[in-house]
Amino acid sequence: MKLKPTLSNYVFILPAVVIFTVFYIIPFLFILRVSFFDWDGIGNLNSAAFVGFDNFKEIFLHDSNWWQSIRNAGWITLIALTFQNVLAFLLAAACDRAVKFRNFYRAVFFIPPVLSEIVVGMVWRFIINDVDGANIVNNFLVNIGLGRFVHNWLSDPHTALNTIAIIHCWKGFGWAFLIFLAGLQTIPREFYEAARLDGANSWQLFKNITMPLLTPVVVLVAILTILGTMQSFVLILGLVGGELAGYTSVPVLRILTVMRDSSHFGYACALGINLGIILMAVSFIQYSFSRKARNYLG
Amino acid sequence: MNLYYKAKKTTINTLTHLFLLTVAITCIYPLIWMVAASFKTQETIFSNTSLIPRKFHFENYYFAFTKGNFSRYFLNSIFYTVSVVSAVVIISSLSAYAFSRLRFPGRNIIFLVFIAAMMIPVPGSFVPLYVLLNKLRLRDTPLGYILCMINVGLPTSIFLLKTFFDTLSKDLEDAARIDGCSKLRIWWNIALPLSKPMLAVVVILNALNVWNEYVLALVIFDSKNLMPLQRALMMFRGEHVTDYPLLMAGLTITAVPIIIIYLIMQKYIVRGVSGILFG
Repeated sequence: MKLKPTLSNYVFILPAVVIFTVFYIIPFLFILRVSFFDWDGIGNLNSAAFVGFDNFKEIFLHDSNWWQSIRNAGWITLIALTFQNVLAFLLAAACDRAVKFRNFYRAVFFIPPVLSEIVVGMVWRFIINDVDGANIVNNFLVNIGLGRFVHNWLSDPHTALNTIAIIHCWKGFGWAFLIFLAGLQTIPREFYEAARLDGANSWQLFKNITMPLLTPVVVLVAILTILGTMQSFVLILGLVGGELAGYTSVPVLRILTVMRDSSHFGYACALGINLGIILMAVSFIQYSFSRKARNYLG
Repeated sequence: MNLYYKAKKTTINTLTHLFLLTVAITCIYPLIWMVAASFKTQETIFSNTSLIPRKFHFENYYFAFTKGNFSRYFLNSIFYTVSVVSAVVIISSLSAYAFSRLRFPGRNIIFLVFIAAMMIPVPGSFVPLYVLLNKLRLRDTPLGYILCMINVGLPTSIFLLKTFFDTLSKDLEDAARIDGCSKLRIWWNIALPLSKPMLAVVVILNALNVWNEYVLALVIFDSKNLMPLQRALMMFRGEHVTDYPLLMAGLTITAVPIIIIYLIMQKYIVRGVSGILFG
């Protein structure tokens, strides 16, 4: 290979590689390094105290705020995995058969995901909040005779997290729906027709054709849901704004708070690594579990 | 018997549509509320909960655009979105073309690194970016924000365009090469025009991403007059906590452009999503 043409080929990828190195790879390595220091983010890192694994020890032994935030996000994720994804699947299955208006439904279901988390959070706060909002939900409950369920949904610690989770599902189900629908439409119709001719009922069709063929898509949606939900926090900022309390705190919000309020940059990076590893582990377990399941199903 | 099946089918169909329609209304209702409330006044917003205001008060929009400085924030958002999207289109299509067509040592490894970046979650990546931009003296500057956002968009865009280039026939490019066309001109005159459908996907996905971005804008900007809409909204809310009609006007200004663009370019989003996930 001639040298000059090869060199000129690198020119094509040069801008991407430079930007990516400066704004992705260097920050990535930086996180790994800084997590071993007690650093305030201002002074020279070289003169900061190297603390070894102390940041991580602190996380595992003493940081109850952090684990509380992980539990909160885990709970929201659990609701998203079950309620949101089952709803999305049912909608996709319905849309897959109801050919009329399919494009209309698809267009409407994807509007919430298109909106920013700030907009969604602020609009919903207005709709459900008693303190300063119009509390449309409470008015509705009174009107249909369920006045005893009227509630300060966001400020009551018992309901705040579930309220956030439901709104999170409202914003997110369109994604899952879109992926499920795309997955359903890749299944050849002949499979169903052939099985029908052999006398299979709807449940058998679902169990023996749809489920096995859709397993990879289900796993994909599950992994994306976990990655997205565990890291989401802007929606909560939009919903509860300044008055953050422990019962609505989530991991990335903790990282932001640790960085901005107490300037523990090293500790913030250690928290980031901790969450990153948890997420990688969970998606890896899910992925390998699904491969096992698929092998088992044949 | 035939009649029974027909009745059963109609019932199932009706129930299906009822289910779909209920969810669809749930999706749109809050938005209609938002727009309706933005035309009300502080007095009528809590008492009058109808979806169509009796009298349309445009003052909220007037106030938001002038005293609320939303005209400035709106232009900022447009500026950031246009700059980032055009840069991502140029930079990612250049490298995607190279990854698909040109030969050079390390090609596959470098491409794999980009793909890995798409998959590995880095929670809290705003911490090192804050430090980095401070060091480069790019914090609280438009350039710093734009560069960060270009980086966010690159991996997915490169992946989408590379897989698209792989499906294109090379005949046209071979013919151009024999006629003495340079690689750069082949990219610009042949590859780019042919990849318009996928470029549209890259444009819409990145535009959504930049317009809706909040975290980096929060970490990077201190100066009010540099802020994009999302960041400005949160600040605005801090200053006008209970002035809901005004807040709803601000939200409508922020949300409506992106909904319109989405409705126009809908099919490209669907294509993009299936492109990323199903290859």
